[in-house]
Amino acid sequence: MTDLLSARHIGVVREGRSILTDVSLSVGKSDFITIIGPNGAGKSMLLKCMMGFYRPDEGEIIRRKGLKIGYVPQQLVADHTIPILTRRFLTLRKKASKSAVAEVAGETAITDILDKPLHVLSGGELQRVLLARALLDDPELLVLDEPAQNLDVTGQLAFYKLLDRIYADRKVSILMVSHDLHLVMSSTREVVCLYHHVCCSGKPHMVARDPEFISLFGEDMARLMAVYNHSHDHNHTHDHNLGDGHSDSDGHSHDHGHDQSHGHAHNSAGEPHA
Amino acid sequence: MLDEFVLRALAAGIGVALIAGPLGCFVVWRRMAYFGDSLAHSALLGIALGLLYGLNINLATIIICATFAMLLVWMQQRRVLATDTLLGILAHAALSIGMVALSFLDNARFDLYSYLFGDILTVRISDLYWIYGGGVIVIALLVFNWSSLTLMTIHEDLARAEGVNSVWSNILLMLLMTIVVAVSIRIVGILLITSMLIIPAATARQLVTSPEGMAIWAAILGLLAVFGGIFGSIEFDTPSGPSIVTTAAALFALVSLVVATRRSSAAIK
Repeated sequence: MTDLLSARHIGVVREGRSILTDVSLSVGKSDFITIIGPNGAGKSMLLKCMMGFYRPDEGEIIRRKGLKIGYVPQQLVADHTIPILTRRFLTLRKKASKSAVAEVAGETAITDILDKPLHVLSGGELQRVLLARALLDDPELLVLDEPAQNLDVTGQLAFYKLLDRIYADRKVSILMVSHDLHLVMSSTREVVCLYHHVCCSGKPHMVARDPEFISLFGEDMARLMAVYNHSHDHNHTHDHNLGDGHSDSDGHSHDHGHDQSHGHAHNSAGEPHA
Repeated sequence: MLDEFVLRALAAGIGVALIAGPLGCFVVWRRMAYFGDSLAHSALLGIALGLLYGLNINLATIIICATFAMLLVWMQQRRVLATDTLLGILAHAALSIGMVALSFLDNARFDLYSYLFGDILTVRISDLYWIYGGGVIVIALLVFNWSSLTLMTIHEDLARAEGVNSVWSNILLMLLMTIVVAVSIRIVGILLITSMLIIPAATARQLVTSPEGMAIWAAILGLLAVFGGIFGSIEFDTPSGPSIVTTAAALFALVSLVVATRRSSAAIK
């Protein structure tokens, strides 16, 4: 097995409510997996479990021995009461040579702000600094929790472009939770749609046609996403596989344990979803 | 030459300033001022128990304050009430129980005022052992865990992702504050301990660009406040705690003023 990090049939119950039910997900080498889903679907909880912040009530998390993970949190609220320069923040609790810092700074376009205090940086700059910090250990897997949530649309686009380039250059695996449906669904990356269980997973254009996706996000959203993909397909037919380890032919794939959750899913398809 | 009691008071004050400054940075960063105050209030119960049962007061205070901190952590985890509510309940309960217990003592054995505001005449050699013994533990643990604690202060999940045990780190900070509270009572008094943590650190914040710089400057400013306060206390026969804190506050005002005028003159240029 080449899985770096996987969740096997995990379940989380909090205060009598089931947050995650029988969720299985595995991240292999060079995977780029994006978890989407409506608010309260348990996306963050799944990530917390996979990062080991929270122990699931059922199932297990399997982490390959010695796996180096770079974690990029949702946002950093840089507190002005803490005096710290960006450079120092990057290397806090890390051993990194000056040249390694300079290299990662160049890669994430933060060279100019290395000697500025952290609390004066903009939202976009802070996210790039967090990304730089995560990359400093040369991780095999990047885990990002809604990394562009607090950025404006231009900022989001720029951040995802940067992430794409890093993925292509470094051959790092990526597991990301994202709210930015329009951007996620216009890519060709693997998408996992979560609503307490894994509803569907696969390439965006397949996921957008999945009945569960439609029932979760609504008919209109699904159509919109299908359109995104449609135009995307046309525009990028020729460079589809550029920098992307995945072949496009596999289309709608199913991950471990999916069959069970699928059965469950159809039973609950009639439920009103938030 | 200085009297022996002055030397003892200075030695005690220096020790307190050196540990309160760096730890105070975390109190400022993590907004633990109210926690510090509550912890100090609960110290009165420790003093009462120490006096009633003939225990060492420093030890009794550490035990009571540590119990207080653990009780708080446990109540926080039940997630029913907000932390400041819990602190209010615990602190005032401990303070009141302490006062009730103290009322059983006859007045001759006990000067409440000196415990509330500090009294340099009460510093004994054994207190110095406590201050420096506790101080070495506090500084060693702070230095050893400095990066982890700072990272956790900046972003808790980030620190956890990189292997910092956040529960243990929180408990560690609380225990370090417990030690500082217990050993500072003689010099600054229960009511003013928090200011020794906060004021030097807040003053230092305005002068530095690194977390370590802030810790070092907080210690230096704390030392200045202790020297000014203790000599002032002897000169004008004032209680030591308020004298030290008055000096610290004056330093804070001075630094704030200088930094503000520099900044505005830089803005005009």
